[in-house]
Amino acid sequence: MGTNTVSLYTKRRRLSDGILTALIYLCASLAICLVAGIVGYVVVRGVRSVNWTFLTTVQSSKNNTFGIAGNLLNTLYIIVITLLIATPLGIGAAIYLNEYAKPGKLVRMIEFTTETLSGIPSIIFGMFGMVFFGTTLHLGFSILTGALTLTLLILPLITRNTQEALRTVPDSYRNGALGIGATKWYMIRTILLPSAMPGIITGVILAIGRIVGESAALIFTAGSGYILPKSLFGAFHKILESGGTLTIQMYLRMTNAKYDDAFGIALVLLIIVLGINCLTKFLTKRFDVTRLDERRGKQKRVKTKVSK
Amino acid sequence: MLANKIITKDLDLYYGENHALKTVNMDIKEKAVTAFIGPSGCGKSTFLKTLNRMNDLIPSVRIEGTVTLDGEDIYSQGVDTTLLRKKIGMVFQQPNPFPMSIYDNVAYGPRIHGIKHKAQLDEIVEKSLRSAAIFDEVKDRMKKSALGLSGGQQQRLCIARALAVEPEVLLMDEPTSALDPISTLKIEDLMAELKSEYTVVIVTHNMQQAARISDYTAFFLVGEMVEFNTTDEIFARPKDKRTEDYITGRFG
Repeated sequence: MGTNTVSLYTKRRRLSDGILTALIYLCASLAICLVAGIVGYVVVRGVRSVNWTFLTTVQSSKNNTFGIAGNLLNTLYIIVITLLIATPLGIGAAIYLNEYAKPGKLVRMIEFTTETLSGIPSIIFGMFGMVFFGTTLHLGFSILTGALTLTLLILPLITRNTQEALRTVPDSYRNGALGIGATKWYMIRTILLPSAMPGIITGVILAIGRIVGESAALIFTAGSGYILPKSLFGAFHKILESGGTLTIQMYLRMTNAKYDDAFGIALVLLIIVLGINCLTKFLTKRFDVTRLDERRGKQKRVKTKVSK
Repeated sequence: MLANKIITKDLDLYYGENHALKTVNMDIKEKAVTAFIGPSGCGKSTFLKTLNRMNDLIPSVRIEGTVTLDGEDIYSQGVDTTLLRKKIGMVFQQPNPFPMSIYDNVAYGPRIHGIKHKAQLDEIVEKSLRSAAIFDEVKDRMKKSALGLSGGQQQRLCIARALAVEPEVLLMDEPTSALDPISTLKIEDLMAELKSEYTVVIVTHNMQQAARISDYTAFFLVGEMVEFNTTDEIFARPKDKRTEDYITGRFG
């Protein structure tokens, strides 16, 4: 028997281990406290301003209302129009880069440029949008100008996410489809895009988050209008009118020292972002092709509930 | 004597600078099983893929010589690779069912080629699954994901998927190398049945498998087709010293 046998029960915790573990816990709790603190503060200060009138009226000195309905609607308009333009473009670009373009210098250059594009401060997009879409194309301060500007901003996001999603689709799927005589486009449409759908949706929803939170790129392009359309024609024509989003309205209230209103808007924005995150979780699961059976199972359960 | 289905003439293939296939001349017989054997990297899989132009998908590949299917050059201009691959189907080394239901996997091919009628699709799906000897195992779970099947079942499903477009030739690239012995046995039995209707070409690492299931065997070594003959001849009386060394297990 050796005298230097160490029992398995000996505690050998080193001091440095303990310190590092403590530090890690400290960092984690600090991060959580920061987020919780901000959210808590916004909720506490904002909750007093948020009520039904606040959400359903617009700013009007005649009626003495200070609501944000117009801005909510503008935000919705900007999201929908931007996505209508940017999603097909972004997905199309990603499909081209991943599936059609020959890998090489050109592709690398395009990818590098897209990445750089996503790092540019958004006020620069705002300036470009104002000068190009607003002045050169005579679109002025309008929701369309804002949406076109934001398209530039989120295009890299959608393209990159779609590319990543396409990359994770195994080559064996491609070969399998081509090997029984599918054309390339048929293969992309029936195999690649459905498989990549969760990743594409993530990209689109991240883009929505970016749109909702954007202000610098919008203030000189979409302007700050807040009037609700009065007719069906007005609803369409609104696209060509100035329209400030929630963030713009928040900025304006703050410059007028109406901090309670601003916190109210902040709370609304927080709730929207939270909603978007939940939606992402739900949709990525819903469209995950590898979870076909779970999806079917759920649908069946819902059906039986209804029949009862 | 069986008729020739596919004939390759002076076929050379280059991956960039690398001369991967050297002047391969081969007549593949109709309604028989032809096996390609040889050590890793000898070009047998590459050769298989030239037969339905799957190598087209690799950018650096250059091909010289001719491959004919029923007398038609498959590399000539104006050949529709879609139609070619309908006639010459392929089963891969790794089972690769699509992430959709079992039914949709088998119906995928017929749908490409324009069959939309439900009853007609049902019939094709059942027939193909029966031909691939998997129908009884999956008939109650047609709408379930194909990814939930075992490896061996997945591979037979892939065979069913390939059969569903009614090919004339079935290329199989080491179809059992990722499978357990029982699944392997099932697929070998299946091949014996398939050759009554289809021309089967199989790449295999396993010499016993080639001896068991094939009518003709070709031995490849570093891009060269060393010997091609009936399987009985190759294994009983190899003419080339290298073939003899390989099949007696001296290398590879």
